[in-house]
Amino acid sequence: MIFSLLLHKKGLCWVSSHTNLSSKEKVNIKKGTSKKKYLSTESRRARAGYLFALPWIFGLLAFFAYPLLSSIYYSFTNYNIISETQWIGLDNYIALFKDDLFWKGISNTLLFALMQVPLSILVGVSLAILLNIPLIAQGVFRTVFFLPSLLPLIATTILWQWLLNPQFGLVNSLLGKIGIDGPAWLGSPVWSKPSLVIMTLWVLGNAVLIYLAGLQDISQEYYEASEIDGANWFQKAWNITLPLLTPVIFFNMIMGVINALQEFTLPYALTYGTGNPAESLLFYSMYLYNNAFMYMKMGYAAAMAWILFIVVMVVTLILFKTSGRWVFYQGDE
Amino acid sequence: MKNYSTFRKILIYVVLIVFGIGFVLPFFWMISTSLKPLTQLFVHPPVWIPHPLNWGNYVHAVTEIEFFTQFKNSIIISGLSTIGVIISCPLAGYSFARLKWKWRDILFIITLAVMMVPFPVTMVPLFIIWSKVNLVGTFLPLIIPTFFGVPFFIFLMRQFFKQLPKDLEDAARIDGCNEFGIYFKIMLPLCQPALLTIGLFQFMMSWNDFLGPLIYLNDETSYTLQLGLQQFRQAQDTAWGPLMAASVLIALPVILLYFFVQKRFVKGITFGGVKG
Repeated sequence: MIFSLLLHKKGLCWVSSHTNLSSKEKVNIKKGTSKKKYLSTESRRARAGYLFALPWIFGLLAFFAYPLLSSIYYSFTNYNIISETQWIGLDNYIALFKDDLFWKGISNTLLFALMQVPLSILVGVSLAILLNIPLIAQGVFRTVFFLPSLLPLIATTILWQWLLNPQFGLVNSLLGKIGIDGPAWLGSPVWSKPSLVIMTLWVLGNAVLIYLAGLQDISQEYYEASEIDGANWFQKAWNITLPLLTPVIFFNMIMGVINALQEFTLPYALTYGTGNPAESLLFYSMYLYNNAFMYMKMGYAAAMAWILFIVVMVVTLILFKTSGRWVFYQGDE
Repeated sequence: MKNYSTFRKILIYVVLIVFGIGFVLPFFWMISTSLKPLTQLFVHPPVWIPHPLNWGNYVHAVTEIEFFTQFKNSIIISGLSTIGVIISCPLAGYSFARLKWKWRDILFIITLAVMMVPFPVTMVPLFIIWSKVNLVGTFLPLIIPTFFGVPFFIFLMRQFFKQLPKDLEDAARIDGCNEFGIYFKIMLPLCQPALLTIGLFQFMMSWNDFLGPLIYLNDETSYTLQLGLQQFRQAQDTAWGPLMAASVLIALPVILLYFFVQKRFVKGITFGGVKG
């Protein structure tokens, strides 16, 4: 509503300051009768701009701004839908800091992110560089690496639970063939997180696609110039491809970190929300979900949500701040 | 990067093939398992190609899950969400890209920023909102928000609209076309590949979504296929044959859709979405 008022006002301001109308006509405009006739292209575009953006402005307020802000309020209450809501001050936060599972969730999630993000960048960039080389059957290879990312995550987790089955899984049976006694994978507190990392690497296709797009944006001139200077394949990859790919790597890194910090579906589907073995798969978002929707401690969950939000913001900010040192843009001096 | 020696090319092929097998093998195993009778599941060495093919797993899967009801639910939710983003996102994207208004740039930056807000952060208050209006248990909480815009798709649409030549709208404006006419008659028809892209993405996101339906749907007959599959696994967690069969059935629609649509927009998918 504010916005429609604003655009109304702006249209009028423009008319009254930029045109010489008789006072009678001005009155007409204020009544909104013959307004349209006198609006310039620019203010008509501005009006259209507000109107076009209006649904999204509402969406932004209703589905992002309000939930974000109201969760601050809920985090100071014992809200649980059923009984009466009471203001309990910092009690939720104090209880959280004493809650072992909260800390367990944080350490599990961070450990997972620390393994998953660097590995996915390494594998993703390597695959993209290989897939960018003009080869026969390039399209087939690209499809092969992209296909897994189309699989619904629940199906992915079922498939990998079967593949990683300690006794009858394909992975351990293949490892056995080359004389390696495979671990218990998802059944072992040590190997459960690496198992999850393997699953996420298998569904890397989208990131590879973005890297590929980035590679295709790199101007061929750089390579031609370096060839004249006699650079070999490795030098070209290290000194041209990688630096010029850093903006895309940075983008994928930010998205990867944010996604890793909110990882939910994989551990939840695999453990039905328990996070076992030995709570090694109890991820932060999962514990948040359990608090909100299983124990109905919504105020407590809102406090967790705000802590997650702050952590994500701080991590993103740090990444942005440090990006100046290692991200290069084509055309920058 | 054109001149590769034969040796290097062979090396690259070998690496790609080895990794490629690693990526394909799980798929093969999924299909193979989905056709195995129970007696060929828990054996050493593993059976690669089941004999005879046991299609009974698929029958089992379809009857165990309320497959057709849940298939319908998934289609309704994904389909309507897709329509939602196709209506809402180009509107906002166009406004950000080609119309000038006060606060536009600030609002665009906010739009980029909320792209990074994790869903778990907002899910509790969102659930409270939907429960206050008594819509928990219906599909609406999963559909309605898409009609107001999804930040990432608005961003993609903006990038797309930005690269269209300005002459088009100038010509139309001279011909007396108003802003709405320009948008609906000229710009929207031009952005078909982009619409196809965001529509496909949204369809797949809704189809594969787990957390959203998990929060809002609480009755087996309103479950999506993802919830149905999860419930199936929880009930029979070692019925690998039927579980794999169900997984194949649930994955197939999106995979087919993807390749069907992709043929039409080979370029659309990579249109400079990353660079600001």
